[in-house]
Amino acid sequence: MTAYVQSTPTGTPPATRELSYAEAIREALRQEMRRDPRVFLLGEDIGVYGGAFGVTGDLVHEFGKERVRDTPISEQAIAGMAIGAAITGLRPVAEIQFSDFITLSADQLVNQAAKMRFMFGGKISVPLVLRTPAGSGTGAAAQHSQSLEAWFAHIPGLKVVVPATPHDAKGLLIAAIRDPNPVIVFEHKLLYRTKGPVPEALYAEPLGQALVRRPGKHLTIIAYSVMVGRALAAAEHIAQEGIDAEVIDVRTLRPLDEATLVASVCKTGRVLIVHEAVRTGGFGGEIAARLAESEAFDFLDAPIRRLAGREVPIPYNRTLERSAVPQVEDIVAAARALAQE
Amino acid sequence: MIELLRQMELIRAFEEMAEQLYVRGLIHGTMHLSIGQEACAVGAIAALEPRDFILSTHRGHGHCIAKGADVRRMMAEFMGKETGYCRGRGGSMHIADVEGGNLGANGIVAGGLPIAAGVGLSLKMQGRREICMAFFGDGAANEGAFHEALNSAAIWRLPIVFFCENNQYAMSMSVREAFPGIDISARAAAYNIPGITIDGNDLLAVYDAVSVAAQRARAGHGPTLIEAKTYRWRGHSKSDRNLYRTQEEIEQWKARDPIARFRRLLIDEGILDAGRAAELTQAVKAEIAEAVAFAEASPEPDPASMEDEVYA
Ligand SMILES: Cc1ncc(C[n+]2csc(CCOP(=O)(O)OP(=O)(O)O)c2C)c(N)n1
Repeated sequence: MTAYVQSTPTGTPPATRELSYAEAIREALRQEMRRDPRVFLLGEDIGVYGGAFGVTGDLVHEFGKERVRDTPISEQAIAGMAIGAAITGLRPVAEIQFSDFITLSADQLVNQAAKMRFMFGGKISVPLVLRTPAGSGTGAAAQHSQSLEAWFAHIPGLKVVVPATPHDAKGLLIAAIRDPNPVIVFEHKLLYRTKGPVPEALYAEPLGQALVRRPGKHLTIIAYSVMVGRALAAAEHIAQEGIDAEVIDVRTLRPLDEATLVASVCKTGRVLIVHEAVRTGGFGGEIAARLAESEAFDFLDAPIRRLAGREVPIPYNRTLERSAVPQVEDIVAAARALAQE
Repeated sequence: MIELLRQMELIRAFEEMAEQLYVRGLIHGTMHLSIGQEACAVGAIAALEPRDFILSTHRGHGHCIAKGADVRRMMAEFMGKETGYCRGRGGSMHIADVEGGNLGANGIVAGGLPIAAGVGLSLKMQGRREICMAFFGDGAANEGAFHEALNSAAIWRLPIVFFCENNQYAMSMSVREAFPGIDISARAAAYNIPGITIDGNDLLAVYDAVSVAAQRARAGHGPTLIEAKTYRWRGHSKSDRNLYRTQEEIEQWKARDPIARFRRLLIDEGILDAGRAAELTQAVKAEIAEAVAFAEASPEPDPASMEDEVYA
């Protein structure tokens, strides 16, 4: 595993250094492709263009056009080809350029990849990864800014990953590539340039394990993807007012680590669930219901609260776009109100 | 040659029995019979090597049998039994025989075509000598997945045979109404690959066309689009009242029965005599009867095991 750690000119490589979320993903891809010749990439403009968000960068120069394969604009074929390759011995990592276009791949993901193993009585597995940029905040408006993760978390047979940090982007992607099931990784566009410590070594973060990002006593804020950072910022803010919030990063929606969420709410007695996707049918509803059904219910000192995107398509105008999804100040206000309930 | 006749007869007998069992309530859900189309399945798969892959359709019983599936385990699957190919989880519309190279029937029209492109891509990238054949109907040729799959396969010269069973109807939609007055194979020109239309009721014509296409695929020259003109005698599925076609039309096509035609050819050529032919038919009937007995005697799946195979 350490064989692929690159040495720096000084000779001794640091174990960890700062990488952006995009660089961390690229490093995961590069290291897994070096480790396992079955891993290959396919998607639109991922080769010499380097990916619409620069994620795949220069990988084509190391691995060639066969393993970093530019496809025509054919989202259904990208997903379907990943399935075909996965069931005959390869480990495809497909990219859908914007997660909104996943609608065009939906049949292959929902009706084919997710169900194949079950329908065929366990005789086959579908080890594919589909990476895709999600979320708003780039001014790209309604057809390039959605958060559709709840759709796929609804489907048995799929796994859904929503990394919030560069460290997790790398570790969860490696786990996804090694997982024998179809995994969809929603990467947030606003996170691609955020930086954080990332170990050089190959490491896999387990799928299905939430993380307490900040311990606290008075309430629990449950978040994922871009909202984790905002929740942490909000928690620091209210800490000055004497409200000590615990922040949990869900990390994978399916499988869901219910135990960590329940344990936290049992401890704090109050919970605020935050996500960017709209409230109606959003994954927060699922988390709220699971908590209400669990032993945490008896510990609740206030109703479960959700803070979600407004019930609109993402608008183009910057002010409107910003106010369509939870911001730090919204989380502060919601957490403060909850603490006083 | 006699084996090919036997396979066609086995498919016919299997489907006639499945139809009876459906009427008797032993098989549920829906069912799409390929009676009248047997020469396509048998002729096409006979031109492949045993290790080659196929992807099938909702009308895939014939493909499954021709690919070498055990009719006992197929019948068990149709009855939803634990001994079935998919442990009773798939049924007729999702049957697969992964070890036999059948990567599955499909309930989504054209759903298998992008997957076939991926299988072809994978075989090519691994330098393997197997090829992949994707069966689909005329209706599937009007799905976007058809275009995406053929285009991708063509630009990368993937080892695939796209085999369209043009049985004249997609449910009630006739090819006369659904296509702008062209052969489906003409679409191959748009992908710069060979396209050929053949008589899908002529087993040898099917065999020959697929042999050429398979050789081409194996040699690294890329995919071929084959359109086999055929006809389904039965309704689309079990709910079909046949309001969109005439009895005369059905009778005309029945007169072109691919099985009777091939049997006659074998007898005319002196390869088979009437006595052997009758024996063959009897043996096939006995095999189907045994399959039914096996399926009926097989256990139901245990609901406690239901979630076992959602994830690997
Ligand atoms: C995407 C999709 N649309 C519609 C259907 C319903 N349906 C099932 S089979 C069928 C007709 C398919 O026609 P064709 O592809 O010609 O195959 P055939 O039934 O003639 O073998 C239809 C409309 C479906 N299963 N999937």
